[in-house]
Amino acid sequence: MIGAGHAGLAASRVLGDRSIDHVVLERGEVANSWRHERWNSLRLLTPNWQSRLPGHAYGGPDPDGYMTAGEVAGFITNYAALSNAPVRTGTAVTSLTRDGDGYRLLTSGGEIDARTVVIASGACNLPHVPALRAALPASIAQFTTFDYRKPDDLPDGGVMVVGPSATGLQLAAEIHHSGRPVTISVGEHVRLPRVYRGRDVLWWMDRSGVWNQRYDEIDDLTRARRLPSPQLVGTPERTTLDLNALGSMGVQIVGRLSTVRDGRALLSGSLRNMFALADLKMERLLDTFDEWAAAHPREADGPAPERFEPTRVPQSSPLQLDLRDGRIRSVVWATGYRPDYRWLDVPVLDEKGHLRHDGGVVDSPGLYALGLPVLRRRKSTFIHGIEDDARDVIDHLAGYLAAAQRA
Amino acid sequence: MAMALANNGVNVQALLDAREALKGAPGATAFTWRATCKWQNGTYSKTNVKGFFGLGQEQSHKTETSFEADHPEIFAAEDRGITPIEYVLVGLASCLTAGIAAVAQNRGVQLNSVESQLEGKMDIRGILGMDSDVRNGYDDIKVTFKIDADAPRKEIEAIVAQSQKRSAVYDIISNPVNVTVEVA
Repeated sequence: MIGAGHAGLAASRVLGDRSIDHVVLERGEVANSWRHERWNSLRLLTPNWQSRLPGHAYGGPDPDGYMTAGEVAGFITNYAALSNAPVRTGTAVTSLTRDGDGYRLLTSGGEIDARTVVIASGACNLPHVPALRAALPASIAQFTTFDYRKPDDLPDGGVMVVGPSATGLQLAAEIHHSGRPVTISVGEHVRLPRVYRGRDVLWWMDRSGVWNQRYDEIDDLTRARRLPSPQLVGTPERTTLDLNALGSMGVQIVGRLSTVRDGRALLSGSLRNMFALADLKMERLLDTFDEWAAAHPREADGPAPERFEPTRVPQSSPLQLDLRDGRIRSVVWATGYRPDYRWLDVPVLDEKGHLRHDGGVVDSPGLYALGLPVLRRRKSTFIHGIEDDARDVIDHLAGYLAAAQRA
Repeated sequence: MAMALANNGVNVQALLDAREALKGAPGATAFTWRATCKWQNGTYSKTNVKGFFGLGQEQSHKTETSFEADHPEIFAAEDRGITPIEYVLVGLASCLTAGIAAVAQNRGVQLNSVESQLEGKMDIRGILGMDSDVRNGYDDIKVTFKIDADAPRKEIEAIVAQSQKRSAVYDIISNPVNVTVEVA
């Protein structure tokens, strides 16, 4: 098992229950990304009652709250201890190669031979930053979600946040509250209200069955796996953080950053359509919830269906921003993450650098993956989604081992 | 059921099959579109379009088409054709309309009629060199579709939104593109 985050530990628990001998290799400490690679104010998007792993669930006093990154790290570390998981911390895998019927791993703690390997090293190891970052004037300070910790890390003055995901909106809001004028550049996005008909919108995703939709039932799986995270924030007040909320605060909303030419950011004129696509998709999802509610009146006993104001189109939205006039001093790239497979020497990556796998069964015998977006279900992206995935993938792995033994 | 009945005259299956086939043939997806233009007189010119390159080889339209462009009489020209900037509206309208037909077909929606009106707003102080702060081209383009289809309004709006997302002309109008103009 490579990686002692929620995915690797859940799979370790399932392996342990089936008495399959294994070891969990962790480059840093348990829940390393949560401890060291995120910004200070980060909280989970999912409510506490959804924080559950095989044989473990949130038992605290605030089931409707949202864990801080530190609390998530604590939750996962506690799980590792409860499960007695065979974790080797401080053991970085530097190479994984096919070797006979199995695999050879070179690690900072020596060589290991394994008949099967599960890659659970996460989907968010490195920031994904577009190549046009190199075209920004040198006077602009650039930050990724790995360098940024808090607003005061940024120079004074204007800030452009690139990307309308949960990350982009959360950072835009907190940087705005620090007194810096914020512009957010907006391409395709996923809009959601925090609360719908009196319940957390993720309660609806869970109960209505949307989250259980299987990967092989999704029309455009490639797109589903690449979707930006939904525009949500976990706050005690359960506030909705969408582009209308940012606009009301005074954040300037502009089109997608298309290119940088002669020190000027050129922005797409497609903003209206980006809003239309997100508003229409949100309404379709709410329709799905309402249909489910009508069929399950006893469970959905809250307020009547509601609809939200369409995303307001700014009165005027510039198509260019001069990055040399001093008004924008820094750029924060909230343009997504990518996994780090530099250690992976088995030819299982596609031309985009993603693992070739069918629901976690990687395109090389005995090699598996867990903890990637929409791996086997829509909920795979989230912590509680790992349990069903881990059971399915470990089922396949156990079958593979048994078949190998018979042969 | 709607899927089997809708017929907008677009062979979506062929397009989906092509998308699959092209996954294994990266070079084949590189296309070059061409036009040749010849000055006639004054602001009047003729542009011909016939051949293009794609799927790894030279291709050709069934017939050559000629497009005449000129300026209107209020610009002291003879108005022997539409203005070049109106051709941009032609391109945008036909691109979005083709997209709507294809997306509707793919979603099993029967279209009965699709009409659109386009307005491109422009301040001619730019092209006249009167004010360097005014751009030359359109500063605002508005497309209004009137669609009669066997689908609820929200579904029609979603089809129109998707057609923008997949439109080549919408893309080059709303996003910058590198342009090289040289003398041979």
